[in-house]
Amino acid sequence: MGQLHLRSRAVDAAGKGLIYFLLIALAALMILPFVWMVSASLKLEKDVFRYPFEWFPATPIWQNYSDIWTKAPFLTYTINTAYLTFVITGLQLFTSSFAAYAFAKMDFRGKNILFLGYISTIAVPWQVYMVPQFIMMRHLGLSDTHLALILLQAFSAFGVFLMRQFYVSIPTELVEAARIDGMNEYGIWAKIIVPLSKPPMATLTIFTLVFVWNDFMGPLIYINSDHLKTIQLGLRMFISQYSAEYALIMAASLVSLIPVFIVFFSLQRFFVEGVASTGIKN
Amino acid sequence: MKTTRHRTLRNDLIAYSFLLPNLLGFVIFTMVPIVFSFFLALMKWDGANPAQFVGLDNFFRLFQDEGFQISSFNTFYYVLGVVPLTLIASLALAVLLNGKIRGRNIFRSIMFFPYVASLVAVAVVWNMLFHPTMGPVNFLLYSLGVENLPGWSASVDWAMPTVIMATIWKGMGYYMIIYLAALQGIPGYLYEAAEIDGAGKWKQFWKITVPMLTPATFFVVMMLTINSFKVFDLIYVMTAGGPGRATNVLVYAIYNAAFIEFKFGYSSAIAIVLFAIVLVITLVQFRMEKKWVSYT
Repeated sequence: MGQLHLRSRAVDAAGKGLIYFLLIALAALMILPFVWMVSASLKLEKDVFRYPFEWFPATPIWQNYSDIWTKAPFLTYTINTAYLTFVITGLQLFTSSFAAYAFAKMDFRGKNILFLGYISTIAVPWQVYMVPQFIMMRHLGLSDTHLALILLQAFSAFGVFLMRQFYVSIPTELVEAARIDGMNEYGIWAKIIVPLSKPPMATLTIFTLVFVWNDFMGPLIYINSDHLKTIQLGLRMFISQYSAEYALIMAASLVSLIPVFIVFFSLQRFFVEGVASTGIKN
Repeated sequence: MKTTRHRTLRNDLIAYSFLLPNLLGFVIFTMVPIVFSFFLALMKWDGANPAQFVGLDNFFRLFQDEGFQISSFNTFYYVLGVVPLTLIASLALAVLLNGKIRGRNIFRSIMFFPYVASLVAVAVVWNMLFHPTMGPVNFLLYSLGVENLPGWSASVDWAMPTVIMATIWKGMGYYMIIYLAALQGIPGYLYEAAEIDGAGKWKQFWKITVPMLTPATFFVVMMLTINSFKVFDLIYVMTAGGPGRATNVLVYAIYNAAFIEFKFGYSSAIAIVLFAIVLVITLVQFRMEKKWVSYT
């Protein structure tokens, strides 16, 4: 009996060892492309593909990082993307939370049909209606403007759905009590609901932030002028223009990742909770 | 009576004032284009000359168009590669990370990070790592004595598998998080009871973990399927639909028809077919849900 116990313990230890081995191997698989990116970005062009591979270049070429800003207007791209991200995320938060309040805590005519309309469009891929949407925007004179991107991304059904799911879980008694006290609906939204809705707001903020920062297809379709391009589009143009300058491409790619990297690692708890909650809710 | 009606109307107005900012944008920029796309699919229009009504002509042409058949085939190839493999990979990751693991949060963040990393940067580094003649992957394979090195994204046969691999690598951390959350929800006493009954870890996995995870699996399969049908960015940057038409998927075909060839009606017809495919698959999945998903 004792021996059996001992053996199962040895098996357990071996199992643990195997798990750590697998986890470290997988983590390496996830990180290595990024490490390779850093290392290649600090090399001379001729050394990027030289073997044996040097993970830490003996003489890092920091100049690659200053060159990219002069070869392409990356600063402009970054400012444009930051502007779009800021405006879209702000509008998304405000309009979603506002609309979600009505869906979750108020009774009104047409509520069910409207909500059904919202939900059913979540399942429609944007790619299905991006062409008619583009034609519409062009008729409104909005092609090649940031406003087009703002208008098409600021009013998502997903945001309303996410917030509404959370608001439903807030006890209605809280709202009823405030109504009896004579507080109007706008006051209830501002003073009771908004302060309680930090978790879904954090989730929505993060999702929107990352989505807008990384969006490629939207800007690809709408933006032509160089001074309006976003970082992803600019990076893509840079890659096709300097296709043989691998070190510079890696430096530029890395720069485009830094903001996401910072946001992700400082707010990772919200990312994980946000993703987990969208999964469970369904 | 009069006062209540007045109050209802007032109440409706207030409710709609809450909805208005979002609803207005939503109706104009989402609902209207969705409806418009069905009409557009029945038109022949280059965007400059007046649109011409052609009925179902676009659809008849579509089904005879070899390019459309190739794009459809490629899309299904991609979906059938990405969905099961990502599912297995993310479940395996979640199970590995679910135990008492030191540095659990760090591992979790590392696995998740590629999901939030920008596609363009990821696609370009993948292309370099898998460069057929200079890349480190083929260098490694060559050092291991592999002959006939794969051409990866530059070869007709390997381009789609390469894109599929990149997609799995990028996305599995996201689905892992969903599985991790679901794993936390499985009550511990189930495993304790199984332990007492003498069930090994492997048996516990198949008899407890897998059945208890079916709601999460359902969600993951749905999301993966819909997202896979929407693939564009990664392919645009990695292979530009090529080589030849090896990775030309449906969204790529929509994009090309509309923004390169200016056949807006034709591109909308492809979009409608894509929508129909996604819709049918979603409905079938919901139908089958009762058969294998157990909510407890």
